[in-house]
Amino acid sequence: MNRSEPLILGIETSCDETGIGIVRGRTLLSNTIASSMDEHARYGGVVPEVAARAHLEALEPAIHAALAESRVALADIDAVAVTSGPGLAGALMVGVGAAKALAVSLDRPLYAVNHLVGHIAADILDPDAPPLEYPTVALLVSGGHTSLLLVRDLTSDVVLLGETVDDAAGEAFDKVARLLGLPYPGGPEIDRAAVTGDPDAIRFPRGLSRPGDMASHRYDFSFSGLKTAVARWVEQREAAGEPIPVPDVAASFREAVVDVLVTKALAACRDYGVPRLLLGGGVIANRRLRDVALERAAAEGVTVRIPPLSLCTDNGAMIAALASELVMSGRPPSTLEFGADSTLPVTEIQVAEAVA
Amino acid sequence: MILGIDTSLGTAVAVVEHDGVVRSQVESVDPRGHAEVIGSLIERALAEASLTAGDITHVAAGMGPGPFTGLRVGIAAARAFALGRGIPVVPVVSHDAVAIELLLHDALTGGLDRDGLPFAVVTDARRREFAYSVYRGLDDDGLPVRIAEPALAPRDDLDAALARDGVVRRDADRVPGALLALCAARALAAGRVIASSDALYLRSPDVTPPAARKRVGT
Ligand SMILES: [Zn+2]
Repeated sequence: MNRSEPLILGIETSCDETGIGIVRGRTLLSNTIASSMDEHARYGGVVPEVAARAHLEALEPAIHAALAESRVALADIDAVAVTSGPGLAGALMVGVGAAKALAVSLDRPLYAVNHLVGHIAADILDPDAPPLEYPTVALLVSGGHTSLLLVRDLTSDVVLLGETVDDAAGEAFDKVARLLGLPYPGGPEIDRAAVTGDPDAIRFPRGLSRPGDMASHRYDFSFSGLKTAVARWVEQREAAGEPIPVPDVAASFREAVVDVLVTKALAACRDYGVPRLLLGGGVIANRRLRDVALERAAAEGVTVRIPPLSLCTDNGAMIAALASELVMSGRPPSTLEFGADSTLPVTEIQVAEAVA
Repeated sequence: MILGIDTSLGTAVAVVEHDGVVRSQVESVDPRGHAEVIGSLIERALAEASLTAGDITHVAAGMGPGPFTGLRVGIAAARAFALGRGIPVVPVVSHDAVAIELLLHDALTGGLDRDGLPFAVVTDARRREFAYSVYRGLDDDGLPVRIAEPALAPRDDLDAALARDGVVRRDADRVPGALLALCAARALAAGRVIASSDALYLRSPDVTPPAARKRVGT
């Protein structure tokens, strides 16, 4: 196998995006995404069975599109990469089944990798960014996860510092958007509504931020209490027959989410003496989150890295990029003996690694 | 050389020559764990047939009916394998493989087919339902004649429905991969398309549109 600049095709099906990525070494050739988001909109959230069905239909066209964009043939591929977890089990299985069969039919090695670590690997594909320095703290925020990681080495040493104990941050945006009568997905809608709102208008709670919480859940997140607080505030207004100041509610809610995310991420940087923070996941598209993170990190002397937004949402390129790093660092491929693992821990960067 | 893949019940993989000679047949009867075993079973089916992936010219895909989560693994694998080699997928109704096995067996032993009785291939569809398809005999191309397309029935209602139509019930707990590939071989020889390329889910996805906002109280 070409281990200096491997050509990798990555398959990602952990949630509602069918992602096919093709990378050569650290160079992005294609980041093809087919999303079933529109099909979930009427349900106000991702419906696992709808997502899984969409993956089955989207995979083949997405692979064709990615190959065409990359101007490579399947026969040129050095290795296939796939997300083994974490994610929706039924959705993951579609990608795993396809990736295994593709690897066997091409007679190429297969690398089964961790979705969350893939989000970090996305940063490597940014041609304008300096090389990733270790260690770094990584904050991954999306509709499916909210995790704070300490990355000592992308291919061998990633630990979970904390994660959400209930809803993911993106889910909280969706739910609050719904109770404000805004459509799905909630993130962009809350953002739009918040433009004219005052982020300090209402003081919503910051989950797991009291001194007592900080002992046992220093780096964990909780957004369900915040969602309930917003709901209660809105109901009280309605009961009093007063209009709901949607912009203020949206801005204040968003501020509570952003504040707790950034506060905990920077606390981790401080505690571990790591002046580097990497942001990833679809919610990073939220401008306010990026602005607050950049501003407060700068004040604390922490450098922030944000991959291109097209690589922050779930995608196959990040899966290919992580596998490419594994190949370049000499790691053996995965065996075919693995499945979809919906709760795969972040410490398992590669799954079912063959004994070298 | 046809590779057959079916995950509508367990996981079945086989390699069959175009004239029907079975080169290999491997399976896992586990009704779950399809994603875990699919790759190794394809590898084993090729190895036991003393072939490489490059020798395969068609992939027969069992399209169901079957519980969706598992069913999709095989269809995804069949499509991806075919894509990797640039060869066509031949969709096959999974029950056809069971039906042809029963008919060929009965032809040898002078059983059911002699009477020309319609029979239903019945498989577990979970949620207290069965999936069934009704067949009668083989046609001139050697393919089972499906006289009622795959459908679902509540477990308690199936027997009465079949008896009413004089249909014999034949339960199956596995889909024979080699016979799935044989159906594809016979369809190819006859130049016929015998199944849609859409998965036979038979059920809409379980979704409930969001209810009106729940009050959290004050
Ligand atoms: Zn993600």
